[in-house]
Amino acid sequence: MPREQIRKTYKLYVGGSFPRSESGRSYPVTDASGRFVANAAQASRKDVRDAVVAARAGFTRWSSATAYNRGQVLYRVAEVMEGRRDQFVAEVASGEGLARRQAGALVDESIDRWVWYAGWTDKLAQVHGAANPVAGPFFNFSVPEPTGVVGVVAPTRSSLLGLVSVLAPVLATGCSAVVLASETLPVPAITLSEVLATSDVPAGAANVLTGSTAELAPWLASHADVNAIDLTGVEDPALATELERAAAETLTRVRRHDPGEDLAAEPGLSRLLGVLEVKTVWHPVGT
Amino acid sequence: MVATVNSHRDMPSVAEITRTNADLRAFLHGLPGVDHVGADARAAELATRSIKAASKGRAIDLAISMIDLTTLEGQDTPGKVRALCAKARQPDPSDPTTPRVAAVCVYGDLVGVAVDALAGSGINVAAVATAFPSGRASRDVKLADTTDAVAAGADEIDMVIDRGAFLSGRYLDVFDEIVATKAACGDAHLKVILETGELATYDNVRRASWLAMLAGADFIKTSTGKVAPAATRPVTMVMLQAVRDYREATGLMVGVKPAGGIKTTKDAIRYIVLVNEVAGIDWLCPEWFRFGASSLLNDLLLQRQKLRTGHYSGPDYVTID
Amino acid sequence: MALFEYSPAPESRSVVDIAESYGLFIGGEFVEPTDGRRFTTISPSSEEVLSEVAEAGQLDIDAAVQAARSAYSRTWSRMSGRERGKYLFRIARIIAERSRELAVLETLDNGKPIRETRDVDIPLVAAHFFYHAGWADKLGYVGLGPNPRPHGVAAQIIPWNFPLLMLAWKVAPALAAGNTVVLKPAETTPLTALAFAEICQQADLPAGVVNIVTGGGETGRLLVESSDVDKIAFTGSTEVGRLIARSVAGRPTRATLELGGKAANIIFDDAPIDQAIEGIVRGVFFNQGHVCCAGTRLLVQESIEAEVVDALKRRLATLRLGDPMDKNTDIGAINSAVQLARIREMSDVGEAEGATRWSAACTLPDRGFWFPPTVFTDVAQTHRIAREEIFGPVLSVLTFRTPEEALAKANNTPYGLSAGVWTEKGSRILWMAQHLRAGVVWANTFNHFDPSSPFGGYKESGYGREGGRHGLAAYLVADETTEVAR
Repeated sequence: MPREQIRKTYKLYVGGSFPRSESGRSYPVTDASGRFVANAAQASRKDVRDAVVAARAGFTRWSSATAYNRGQVLYRVAEVMEGRRDQFVAEVASGEGLARRQAGALVDESIDRWVWYAGWTDKLAQVHGAANPVAGPFFNFSVPEPTGVVGVVAPTRSSLLGLVSVLAPVLATGCSAVVLASETLPVPAITLSEVLATSDVPAGAANVLTGSTAELAPWLASHADVNAIDLTGVEDPALATELERAAAETLTRVRRHDPGEDLAAEPGLSRLLGVLEVKTVWHPVGT
Repeated sequence: MVATVNSHRDMPSVAEITRTNADLRAFLHGLPGVDHVGADARAAELATRSIKAASKGRAIDLAISMIDLTTLEGQDTPGKVRALCAKARQPDPSDPTTPRVAAVCVYGDLVGVAVDALAGSGINVAAVATAFPSGRASRDVKLADTTDAVAAGADEIDMVIDRGAFLSGRYLDVFDEIVATKAACGDAHLKVILETGELATYDNVRRASWLAMLAGADFIKTSTGKVAPAATRPVTMVMLQAVRDYREATGLMVGVKPAGGIKTTKDAIRYIVLVNEVAGIDWLCPEWFRFGASSLLNDLLLQRQKLRTGHYSGPDYVTID
Repeated sequence: MALFEYSPAPESRSVVDIAESYGLFIGGEFVEPTDGRRFTTISPSSEEVLSEVAEAGQLDIDAAVQAARSAYSRTWSRMSGRERGKYLFRIARIIAERSRELAVLETLDNGKPIRETRDVDIPLVAAHFFYHAGWADKLGYVGLGPNPRPHGVAAQIIPWNFPLLMLAWKVAPALAAGNTVVLKPAETTPLTALAFAEICQQADLPAGVVNIVTGGGETGRLLVESSDVDKIAFTGSTEVGRLIARSVAGRPTRATLELGGKAANIIFDDAPIDQAIEGIVRGVFFNQGHVCCAGTRLLVQESIEAEVVDALKRRLATLRLGDPMDKNTDIGAINSAVQLARIREMSDVGEAEGATRWSAACTLPDRGFWFPPTVFTDVAQTHRIAREEIFGPVLSVLTFRTPEEALAKANNTPYGLSAGVWTEKGSRILWMAQHLRAGVVWANTFNHFDPSSPFGGYKESGYGREGGRHGLAAYLVADETTEVAR
């Protein structure tokens, strides 16, 4: 008789642990050919609320680590991703309906992109900071600082590369993240959460929720304790506009969905800069 | 203005320093500042000292002899205090060579119980007083708290300073209160708790240390143990520097007691290294250095057992009190 | 002051496995030197012979440069930055994994205390590789245009005071930028460089990207004069730096030089005194004073001179000098008999010039090269001990009255590597920093290093920076048709 597999339960990733949704709901996830894969947790607004609380605490821990330490932790994430390459390839192939070779290329690119972002942690200040030559006896310098808790609506169809492209820059800057995974392709996001949980990422720095984007995103966008929101995964223009309006109440910084964005291309700095604040300090120079 | 207090000639008299609050403020604010990062780095560097073999055994015994074994809970009873005193007299029933602790520290209303339980042992009874831990009560109540404990037989009084007065700059009020408490102590020796966790900056710790010493403290103590952070090594280091400088300036010795949060032998040995290398060997005895601790004793006993037996010990081999 | 005695706490030697002899690391393999010449390397704390290493001659240098050139054209320059970076990440991780072994090896070969190699040197080495690994695929952001290119083959010569760290400072940025290297470690400290060669093998670094050629001054000269080298990087004495600068004149090769120093450590009357004392100790007694940026001139405000000197002497009495393998040792051995002779000579000069000499009371071991922490007071700007680099645990104390005077005295030297400023007043820190002619200014701290923080000197302390974006730029050529000035 062939051996039966131990099938996985798919839960949320909040505050460093894997809770079920407080609502007790789940929804079926299928592969590209419509076959049942798993029941994913269906997060509620209260899960969003809890995730933001966890992300705020996680932000304190994560942003107070040195840039070097953050770089090392993120590199460790890449090491663990590499170790799980086969699992990711199977999940991406199955979910996106791709041949293994194509899926493999996407997974390799995802890992390499994560490493690219890991290398930025201790270089951003040098590239995006400055000593400013003000006209007067003052030392004046500008430093970039992470904005805080960032809500992220992950791309709907690029289940790993797209996810990495939106999450890695948030973490690299020292911000914490509450990610709404792709609604139809959440499985790689859960596997990535397991990677994060075993890579010295502090609890709450990254939080991943699965469920209905249309149901959850408004709660994230309007939340007063979310500093920025990335709407990359919101393809419906009406929903995107509604979310941007909700974010406007507390002046949450918004990154809009860009329909022309090519996730396969090498990213520039814009996703990093978009979650940074610039602080400028003056100090007199004299004896 | 900087005070260069390294000789008897340089330092003004206590009376001159404390003539007015402004005078006292000028003196305290004229002490050298403390660079927080540098202080932390020096304490961390000293924590890398490797104390092994014979020196470890000596350090463990020294640490045990410096403990003020403490219970300061609302739920303390005579039974609890008697159990603690028995532990103080005989820390390790399996090894009579174990040193005894320096003192037992309790609330003022249980001093009598402790005095009876420790009679003839040579172990002192210390009492907290002055509306410990907050210090928020009238002067009269705080002094009565002290005289009651002394009357009940306390050998040592651990008072708290008025942090509200300190942080709002009323240094002379803090000073006067310490002086009055010292007078109420009679023959008992006085430890002054600075509550360094509430003072927050190392500059404040240095200033409060000097203020307490000028007012006649026999010991300066870091914390009540009821507020986090309690004792830390950098804060204790700043206090050790203060007592060292005070002796340079006046010839007088004052003791140091870190209290709260010191749980392991490793911690205790790190503190002993600090005393050794910052203040010096004169402070390395129970007369001039104490640990305010409760669970530390059992960890020291476990380590002591390991040195004796050669294998790691466990919680079944030390007693709870 | 008598102290509580610490029992010996020796680190174990068993974690290292030193071979009886080593070849040269050329083209990914260890090879014998062509003319068979070898020399020994000893432990300066015991004078015990540790191993025998090769003396690279002209043919060996040619082979190494050829291997580097071949690796550059065939492999390394064709590899994407992303892939190059992966090798550097691997090297960084392997260094961290083998950190204890490397620390012990460095302590044995150099003489510095195990606590320093364990807590400072080796962690910084790993950090340098890790930091630069992340630059390899981001060269368009260095500030030299979107597509800067590497020079090609870099010849690198490093000193004995921080052997593996100096190797990291040279190799990591060179490789990140896409160059290949031929590196000569110092004559007295070759072993960690050879261990690094093994690490390159463990990381599967393509053959010839890194080549290690051991040898003395003559080997260094041959390397510098090699005609197929595109870039020279040197850290060492100003004297040799001058020779190199002369040697490259008229050749297309460019050089960066990290040379000597005679840094002023300036203490104002409102300094945080206890931390300033630590800063003096860290400034000139850490690493036995074998530090180019050491704070060898204490410029103390006259009003607090007595207090500071007394506190310093009290602090120096707690320094533990002895076996570098003991975890409680603060001051290790002087690196060589030659260096010890120099330190002794200059200390005698100081006394003869009229300064007052004081040394911490230390028991010096019988074997090995040792010098106690020494302080000269009543030193004047005109004394040789205030002008010339001694490169040992010897401090000269001078005084000043005003910030302007402190500044003038600090700058009154042909050197310009570093300086320290101690005061609680922020505006004064910034004013001093603005006017000090030194490449590194430490305020309320001293001798701190970070891979992201550029390091290098003004004037005769050399030119070029190492570390950070500015340091990386030295290993790149802008993508304009004319090269940017250094």
